[in-house]
Amino acid sequence: MARMHIESTINGEAREFLCDADQSMLDVLRDELGLTGTKEGCGTGDCGACSVLVDGRLVCSCLMLGAEAQGAEIETIEGIAENEKLHPLQTKFLENAALQCGICTPGIIVAAKALLEKDPNPDESKIRYWLAGNLCRCTGYDKIIRAVQDAAAEMSHPA
Amino acid sequence: MESYAYSAPASVAETVALLAGHADAGRAVQILAGGTDVLVQMKGPAHTPRTLLDIKKLDEANRLEVTPEDIYIGAAVSSARMNENAELKSALPGLMEASDLIGSTQIQGRATICGNLCNASPAGDSIPAMIAAGAVCDLASATGRRELAVEDFVVGVGKNALESGEFLLGLRLPMPSTQTKDAYLRFTPRTEMDIAVAGVGISLTLQDLVCTHARVAIGAVAPTARLVPEAAAALVGSTLDDDALEAAAQACRDAASPISDKRGTVEFRRKIVGVLCKRAAAQAAARVQGN
Repeated sequence: MARMHIESTINGEAREFLCDADQSMLDVLRDELGLTGTKEGCGTGDCGACSVLVDGRLVCSCLMLGAEAQGAEIETIEGIAENEKLHPLQTKFLENAALQCGICTPGIIVAAKALLEKDPNPDESKIRYWLAGNLCRCTGYDKIIRAVQDAAAEMSHPA
Repeated sequence: MESYAYSAPASVAETVALLAGHADAGRAVQILAGGTDVLVQMKGPAHTPRTLLDIKKLDEANRLEVTPEDIYIGAAVSSARMNENAELKSALPGLMEASDLIGSTQIQGRATICGNLCNASPAGDSIPAMIAAGAVCDLASATGRRELAVEDFVVGVGKNALESGEFLLGLRLPMPSTQTKDAYLRFTPRTEMDIAVAGVGISLTLQDLVCTHARVAIGAVAPTARLVPEAAAALVGSTLDDDALEAAAQACRDAASPISDKRGTVEFRRKIVGVLCKRAAAQAAARVQGN
């Protein structure tokens, strides 16, 4: 069957790609566009490792078709840093050692950034609920929560 | 082997024409809204290639309107969008709670309550809340439109009343009066990311502390969510005193025909659905009174 030709904006850049009708956005990002920062965990929307923003909305890219990206604006982990300058969330994840194996980290940073854009000062409970769809099997979450809190503090009051 | 196809029609007319065309040609077709169930099903062994009709480009399916008379929630409206609508939250807090319970932030960004309804899981959280709120399905096909009450839409586990060539365009709900409020409560072992063991949706109208109208629906304790008119009848005319609440709880227990599975036994589900009925009634009443 003929592949579909899709045009969308990815990390601020106009991109076009070919995909199969049943190909997920996650597979398009990784296999067609070489954006392998977005990870596949479960592939069924349970773990959040593949989190991206679509038109400003946090979604699991494994539960979206590449074809659905026509005309959409997509942000992935690759769009978080400004060139060599890390986003405060990335810096604080490093400082707090909020990652071990790292598979969940891109999804958590994308999700946490979406939260801080909506609510620059979330309390711990709000952070935990917001990130409840991002599973981490290494850290036990506390370091992740602290990293997000530190990033929120720094973004509100830059040093 | 046949392969999947994808199409995003721009109008309802085009959508129903495509549905009818596929039906006539004997080709499999499935509506795609948020995709949080459909894409998971596609990865399963039982899913056969078909045409996916994406309804997210339809203006009518994206309608989210709250007017003094009624509320319309289009089939492409995500839970996250519902959650951002202050009027909807204030009019139907119970339906919002149910919608908000479904999945993670990521799932909320795509999932729709109309999809939750079409998926027809016995444990679908939004369904008892919709039934309690008196939601009616707005169904479209090549022969026109028809309406069907939500309690008549789900006909079995994973089965809905959609006819060939027909799809769910949205839900219409009556605007509750200032004396009417709803609530939805469910039991799950965990606080997040879990599936209901039992759930109860209730909408109550109070006049001078007396219940004048009620709708009670139970979920996850039968093959489909069920409207329980006997529970509503037990509440109407009462001040929601202990006897009335116990009678309503008993009606819910009687209406339940649960199964035992890893999430709960028959006995536990039957007991808990009564408890949830009492608590949801108290919560809806407190909301009418502004608490």
